[in-house]
Amino acid sequence: MNKTWIIVRKDWAEVFKNRFVLFTVAFLPLILTALPLIILYATRSTSDLEGFSSADMPAGFAALCNEMSGGECVQYFIVSQFMLLFMLIPMAIPVTIASYSIVGEKTTRTLEPVLATPVTTFELLAGKALAAAIPAVVVTWLGFAVFAVGTRVLSLSPNVTARLLDPLWLMAIFIVGPLLAVAAVSVTVMVSSRANDPRVAEQLSMLVIMPLLAAFFGQITGLFFINQTLILWMAVGLVVVDSGLLALATHIFQRETILTRWK
Amino acid sequence: MIQTENLTKRFGDILAVDRLTLSVEAGEVFGFLGPNGAGKTTTIRLLTALISPTSGHATVAGCEVGLEDGKIRRQVGILTESPGLYDRLSAERNLAFFARLYEVEDVDGQVERYLRMLGLWDRRHEEAGIFSRGMRQKLAIARALLHEPQVLFLDEPTSSLDPEAARLVREFIVGLKREGRTIFICTHNLDEADRLCDRIAVVNTRLLALDTPSALRRQLYERTVVFHLREAEPRFIRRLQTLSFVRSVREMDNKLVVALDDPEKHNPVIIRSLVEAGADIQFVGELRRTLEDVYLRLVGSEDGKSNQR
Ligand SMILES: Nc1ncnc2c1ncn2[C@@H]1O[C@H](COP(=O)(O)OP(=O)(O)OP(=O)(O)O)[C@@H](O)[C@H]1O
Ligand SMILES: [Mg+2]
Repeated sequence: MNKTWIIVRKDWAEVFKNRFVLFTVAFLPLILTALPLIILYATRSTSDLEGFSSADMPAGFAALCNEMSGGECVQYFIVSQFMLLFMLIPMAIPVTIASYSIVGEKTTRTLEPVLATPVTTFELLAGKALAAAIPAVVVTWLGFAVFAVGTRVLSLSPNVTARLLDPLWLMAIFIVGPLLAVAAVSVTVMVSSRANDPRVAEQLSMLVIMPLLAAFFGQITGLFFINQTLILWMAVGLVVVDSGLLALATHIFQRETILTRWK
Repeated sequence: MIQTENLTKRFGDILAVDRLTLSVEAGEVFGFLGPNGAGKTTTIRLLTALISPTSGHATVAGCEVGLEDGKIRRQVGILTESPGLYDRLSAERNLAFFARLYEVEDVDGQVERYLRMLGLWDRRHEEAGIFSRGMRQKLAIARALLHEPQVLFLDEPTSSLDPEAARLVREFIVGLKREGRTIFICTHNLDEADRLCDRIAVVNTRLLALDTPSALRRQLYERTVVFHLREAEPRFIRRLQTLSFVRSVREMDNKLVVALDDPEKHNPVIIRSLVEAGADIQFVGELRRTLEDVYLRLVGSEDGKSNQR
């Protein structure tokens, strides 16, 4: 069996015994999937929204609505805010898992016996990264699947369904999501090299979600709206950022450094 | 099995290991003694290819440190200073993980073999986190052996064990020696080193001495005989001092402590002259130096030197 995979399985067995980790991995996706569906359900009776027209929306957003009715546009507007928040899932989960699995190796002093085996540092780093990223991506996609089914059932009209499940968001979920997970893992590896408490590592690494929150607030205040071009640029930008972060993380993840300087 | 040549490791300004040159034969139990901070753990880390030397060379099981690290790791087992176990995983799972990393073919078989051998089989499903120190240490020893290494590095194997558990571990080490494995032990327990080791190195950053325990004793101390008298009088001492082969005489609580080269030959002469002088001899015995004396002398004189510098 591949050593990276051996490490991944060990990390899962260990880290999911921790209630804090389980809570983050389960609770956040639950909330972020349920909330938009609840809102869709609550706004299902169109009469409440009849009075609205595209003119009431932030100008930039109204342009995105084009042929939709006022009510449909409002529903689309509210729910699409959550799509950005939904991207918190692929960031928060890897931060939590990697913090516990990496700082955990330090507190149990298991790094030395592990490094004494024929495992390469690359296999070890890859194991740690995948153990954190795989659950994040899987949970994100699962959450999105639930959301997609819920949307079909609960949205006002096929118009809204089509818009909520259009290529823009599919791209966000299937491409930007994993890229965000990689960024989160790399940052956590770096932070974990300095931290002695997994909770501290987790909290510091969570700063990695700041740009995402900034985008969220930018959008609800009408500063800009996420459109296909923007998502594309985000994906391209993330590829660049990820390569840089991964290079840095690999650089500080050297056998001797881990052993003698990670205190 | 292990050769080092001017092996040196520096951490910034700290010189941890200084030009260490030694060789350990196959099948030997080799003791590595030295005060705290003497560079013992660092030496083990160098020889297990965990860290790389600042300068110098070493070969372990025929492989050059720094060039064939992967091969070395496959052939050596290490008991690290702290056991280093996954607290939330069961004893069995801990071992299975490492067995897989070591590419052991029969993972379950080897795990069972060593869990049984160290008396942990019945508790294999319990999390390592709830184990006592002794059990954790045993589990770590089991881990070091899973891949049947020819060379074994044990960093303080019996520290923090109760006397019974320590004895069990010592007997276990003797068993490993019988299987023909080469064993490199760091320990602060000198009595243990004396009993277990074929040869001993005393280090304090650099190598201070290297020999069999009994040769070390002989090198450092002349032989000493103690004569217990009913009453020691100054004239007895004066009498002994006239004997050419007596190197020194001291008196302590009616005991005469006499240093000489060949007690078997000279004791009868001394006894005769003491009796002639009117002494009542109650007992005669040899003062046997412990390895502790040897060690303290080596390390102590080293401290004296470094203070002068
Ligand atoms: N990672 C490190 N960074 C800096 N200095 C180190 C490092 N590891 C060890 N040292 C220094 O190297 C010296 C030797 O340390 P080492 O742990 O090898 O001693 P030791 O003989 O094992 O001691 P002990 O008996 O206490 O276990 C010490 O002065 C120590 O401070
Ligand atoms: Mg040590």
